[in-house]
Amino acid sequence: MDIYLPIANLSVNALVIVLLGTGVGLLSGMFGVGGGFLTTPLLIVYGIPPTVAAASAATQVTGASVSGVYAHLRRGGVDMHMGGVLVVGGVLGSLAGAGIFRLLQASGQIDVVIAAIYVAMLGFIGILMGKEALEAILGTKAKAAKRRHHPLVASLPFRMRFYASGLYISPLAPLLLGFFTGILTVLLGIGGGFILVPAMLYILGMSTGVVVGTSLFQTLFVTASATLVHATTTKAVDIVLAALLLLGSVTGAQLGARLAGKARPEYLRLALAIVVLLVALRIILGLTWRPDEIYTVEPL
Amino acid sequence: MKRPAALLLLAATPLLLGQAKPVLVPDVSQRDIEIIYSFTGAELLLFGAILYPGGRLPGDDRPTDIAVVVKGPTEPILIREKEKVAGIWVNAERLSYRSAPSFYALASSRPIERIVDERTRAIYELGLSSLQLSPASSAPSTVQDRFARGLVDLKRRSGLYDEAPRAVEITDGVLYRARVPIPARVPVGRFTAETFLIRDGRVLAAATREIQIRKSGFERFVAWSAERRSVLYGLAAVALSLGLGWAAGMIARRI
Repeated sequence: MDIYLPIANLSVNALVIVLLGTGVGLLSGMFGVGGGFLTTPLLIVYGIPPTVAAASAATQVTGASVSGVYAHLRRGGVDMHMGGVLVVGGVLGSLAGAGIFRLLQASGQIDVVIAAIYVAMLGFIGILMGKEALEAILGTKAKAAKRRHHPLVASLPFRMRFYASGLYISPLAPLLLGFFTGILTVLLGIGGGFILVPAMLYILGMSTGVVVGTSLFQTLFVTASATLVHATTTKAVDIVLAALLLLGSVTGAQLGARLAGKARPEYLRLALAIVVLLVALRIILGLTWRPDEIYTVEPL
Repeated sequence: MKRPAALLLLAATPLLLGQAKPVLVPDVSQRDIEIIYSFTGAELLLFGAILYPGGRLPGDDRPTDIAVVVKGPTEPILIREKEKVAGIWVNAERLSYRSAPSFYALASSRPIERIVDERTRAIYELGLSSLQLSPASSAPSTVQDRFARGLVDLKRRSGLYDEAPRAVEITDGVLYRARVPIPARVPVGRFTAETFLIRDGRVLAAATREIQIRKSGFERFVAWSAERRSVLYGLAAVALSLGLGWAAGMIARRI
């Protein structure tokens, strides 16, 4: 069933896009990640222009995180105070991201930069997660790391209390963290959950109970802001594409959440690590193999 | 006495030929192509008749050829060329053009190189190797040729440039028809369909028809709102994703 995408200006098989959304949704439901890091590269491989792919993937992540935020809010898993600071940083970051996006686009290196960030990020996280999961499965892991924030964070001024997170730190640290993920959301169309969560745990030292909820809370608002930024600057949000992706991913996410309850978490993490590394490998191949077409055309 | 008469006849030849020129009566199957949700491309049928003066076909057996060119609106473009730097492919050189056709399709009754010479091809822009691109930046002609070939190759892959020798059928020397495929990626705007009647390497007659390609209905509304009401459009996209995400959560809790 072919359907015409009015912003991407091409026609796609609707079923393929919905299934792609379902697959990504399944993963996001199982692992609690937004899944944008998979949607954007897969859409690009399918032939959607990279800018449209990143913009519409950001829109999709908003939808995928709604029910998660709601669930975490109900059981008090969101530190609103910390979340608010992160969102402010994220919204500022998404605005800065738009500027960076424009600069990179003008210099013609946007595609390479997007791909390179993906490789670095996915490779790093995939290896880290895979190693951790393997250690857990083999039972060689010594002990859980002590919860403590990074000394750099402790040195920042204007400390304040974040009760739900059990922290007394400067709001500058989460503000910067939010800012950084906001930039990535605009550039890559990702929620940034899999950067936020480790950073919250190991850099800020937040209490584990509120990490995932607060991260989702930030993702929800910052992807919404990134959608608005894209809609007003690059005008690359394809609402038809986003709707198709959403149809798949929201159902996939619910299914995934049920499946996740039945599997052991370390195996889930290992599986996710493998998926992440495969995506990174695919992007590396795309960068280093001679492309089919070494010319690109853009309207002036 | 005979010589001056012969000279007079010779001098009047262009005039006489001018009067004796055939005329083309072209038409297209669709004057408007509307892009709607199910648009997966279209096929234009270009057809028409060749009217010879006095209704007489030329008696000799030299072939008469028809070439049809469908052109999209021209646009200024920037072409980038990738190069391998430190193991990865990055955009390096670039060249911009003031006007390049966004769509170009040539259909002819025989391969165009056999119908007309290079000069005539350049004058009438017949064939992908004779496109009149106007580089906005000065570059050596070898570089320009390389980029022009790159552009043609790229556009051919997406079906936006096309050259179809033998795609024009001529029936009994007077009726012709050609099919030109329009891909789904086609840009919108005013298109022209030019038909050329060619004999002995010369263009004897030419005629032009216009075709409008536009988005219509919902697709037009979406493209328009994304461009003109971008804030509202963005809010609508956010609302849509919030709504769908919420609804899925509600349904999942009920089941």
